[in-house]
Amino acid sequence: MTQLLQTLVDGLTVGSLYALIALGYTMVYGILRFINFAHSDIFALGTHMTITIAAVLGVKAADAAVPAWYIGPAVLVLSMLSCGALGFVIERLAYRPLRNAPRLNVLITAIGVSLFLQNVGQLPMFFGPYPRAIPKLTPDVVLGTLADVNFRLVDAAVIGTAVMLMLALQYLVHSTRLGLAMRAVSFSHRNAALMGINVDRVISITFVIGSMLAAAAGFLYAVRYEGQAKQTADAMWVMLGLKAFVAAVVGGIGNLRGAMLGGLIIGLIEFFGVGYLSSNYRDAYVFAILIVVLLFKPEGILGRATMEKV
Amino acid sequence: MGGFATVLLVIGINIVLAVSLTVVNGFTGQFSMGHGGFMAVGGYVAAMIVYYGSLRLWGSANFAGGFLSSASGDGAWLAGGDVLFVVACLAAGLAAAGAGYLVGLPSLRLKGDYLAIVTLGFGEIVRVVLQGTAPQIARSKADVVRETPVWKLATHLGGAQGFNLLPTYATLFWIYFAAVLTLIVVYRLKMSSSGRAFLSIREDEIASQAMGVNVTKYKVRAFVLSSFFAGVAGGLYAMYLGAINATDLGFQRSFEVIIMVVLGGMGSISGATLAAILLSILPEVLRAPPPVWPAGLALLVVMVIIQKVGISFGLTRGPADGIVLNIAISMRSLRRSWKFKPLVIVAGVTMALETARLVCLQQQIDIAQYRMVLYALMLIIMMIVRPEGLFGVREFWDYLPRRRAHSPSGPVAEASA
Repeated sequence: MTQLLQTLVDGLTVGSLYALIALGYTMVYGILRFINFAHSDIFALGTHMTITIAAVLGVKAADAAVPAWYIGPAVLVLSMLSCGALGFVIERLAYRPLRNAPRLNVLITAIGVSLFLQNVGQLPMFFGPYPRAIPKLTPDVVLGTLADVNFRLVDAAVIGTAVMLMLALQYLVHSTRLGLAMRAVSFSHRNAALMGINVDRVISITFVIGSMLAAAAGFLYAVRYEGQAKQTADAMWVMLGLKAFVAAVVGGIGNLRGAMLGGLIIGLIEFFGVGYLSSNYRDAYVFAILIVVLLFKPEGILGRATMEKV
Repeated sequence: MGGFATVLLVIGINIVLAVSLTVVNGFTGQFSMGHGGFMAVGGYVAAMIVYYGSLRLWGSANFAGGFLSSASGDGAWLAGGDVLFVVACLAAGLAAAGAGYLVGLPSLRLKGDYLAIVTLGFGEIVRVVLQGTAPQIARSKADVVRETPVWKLATHLGGAQGFNLLPTYATLFWIYFAAVLTLIVVYRLKMSSSGRAFLSIREDEIASQAMGVNVTKYKVRAFVLSSFFAGVAGGLYAMYLGAINATDLGFQRSFEVIIMVVLGGMGSISGATLAAILLSILPEVLRAPPPVWPAGLALLVVMVIIQKVGISFGLTRGPADGIVLNIAISMRSLRRSWKFKPLVIVAGVTMALETARLVCLQQQIDIAQYRMVLYALMLIIMMIVRPEGLFGVREFWDYLPRRRAHSPSGPVAEASA
């Protein structure tokens, strides 16, 4: 019982991180039909911006003291804004010139952007080549205990923030004019342009929102894994990004609710696999699920099958 | 030799990888991201056969000599190691091809990016499974290896430490033998009816289906062939390095090969070869950039010669009904007008690079630090400035003046050229 509950809590926490990242993948895929490989690096930079901004606001990893309650949200907002700006610049400089190029070229460019971000982040003038420790942003408070499992404030903060952001995104996409424009562009660029929608602007905004969600995931990662040291060009970021992408595919790529559901499913499968089968094959469970889903329901759990037009 | 020889070996292996991936990504237009995975399958199979095979046969995993590899070592001609090594490489290719068939058959029925995602997943699963295997049996324990059944040996692949201390049979000869073989097979394939079917699938899947091409069958065929050579390349890689570790063969490795294919031009064999050469050299060159101007000057001279003196290249039918590249140098009439644009571009790029290099030297800026940043930037700029890659869908000799080619490379460009 204890193990079951603990696995459930861990799986849901990490799953909500995957869901946030998966939203970025799925939004870009829905609109531009390409896998934005640089997304996992935006997530990594989100964590690093969190460390930097926290340091600027006076929170160092070496301090044992828990910072004031408003520091956390302030860091979250600032790192989301900076990564959103970064997403805008990347779209403008790297992806927009390739709007009508073959998709493979855009994909290679995305890989190039990913390499670029990783290695620029390693330069001494940015985050440096050495791992940096993540400071403590939330107090160690236990909200409740059930069958020896502690529900910590950290888990609640991660899940709560993720859910709030996802609800905000749902509202944006389904209840505002901008969301309507985004859905129209993802349906057809041409038709949307004919209806007076500024397609380039909508794509820019999509990138900015996706990057902000990745930055939020980066912040929440820092909150959950406080005290660990990370560098920007760690294969771990790409792996987390890939798992989030798998989540987007499992849920049905291009579908926002699918990405959220997929994130939670992937998080739970990973932690149940590690807890009950073997921790050696941690990454294999996720990809095995991906292949099973693609073989039996290639459009994903919530995706709609599309007909190829002749 | 030293460092230079190492780069040459890496180039050879990368040519095998890039040219074989061209069959899937370039010819059929499918998108495979699992080349690193197939390489790992092949590499581990070859490593297992060579390592445990030599322990069983000769009681030691030392270099057992043999045809050509024995030039520096001991042992009889064609007696030992090389035969085992060649068999191991073939087995590696077959194992990878089998894996390719298993992965390809279900996923190639799907359209779009699904193959990419499935192969990515496959590559990662291979990596994780290989990392979870039991430790390698030590070199000194030949008797233990002899007593262990073969199927059990296949689980002792070194796990997270990788498969180490392999005899290094992959010499320059074997690697370039494999590279040339790959080039010949893939080139002949492109000219064959299967190759034309591949190209038709890339151009329009629905149209080629309507014309009676069994799309799934040909895609699987291309995929299996490509995996075979990836497996061989994996075997060569393991035997060149003397070690293999699945960590190095994850999706990053697959990306490197994809970059070569796309940079060379989709479906251009010579493009993929050139890109493999350039991208293997580039990271080394960026460590300590040599002067650029001699190469730039040489290129300018060659361009002037091609324009003004006239060198004609062409493909003709050879005696054995094969296609032969013949080169004839002749004085061309000087009526032909100058084409200044390419000359100016080459001169400008050379001067810019040389200036940048000198400034870095002057300011004591360590370029090695910016190596990967520059590499990534070049990739992005290349994709934006020349999205079709170095040679587009054509081969390099299609660009030389006065050709008499009949290659089925380009879709539309060929018809009008």
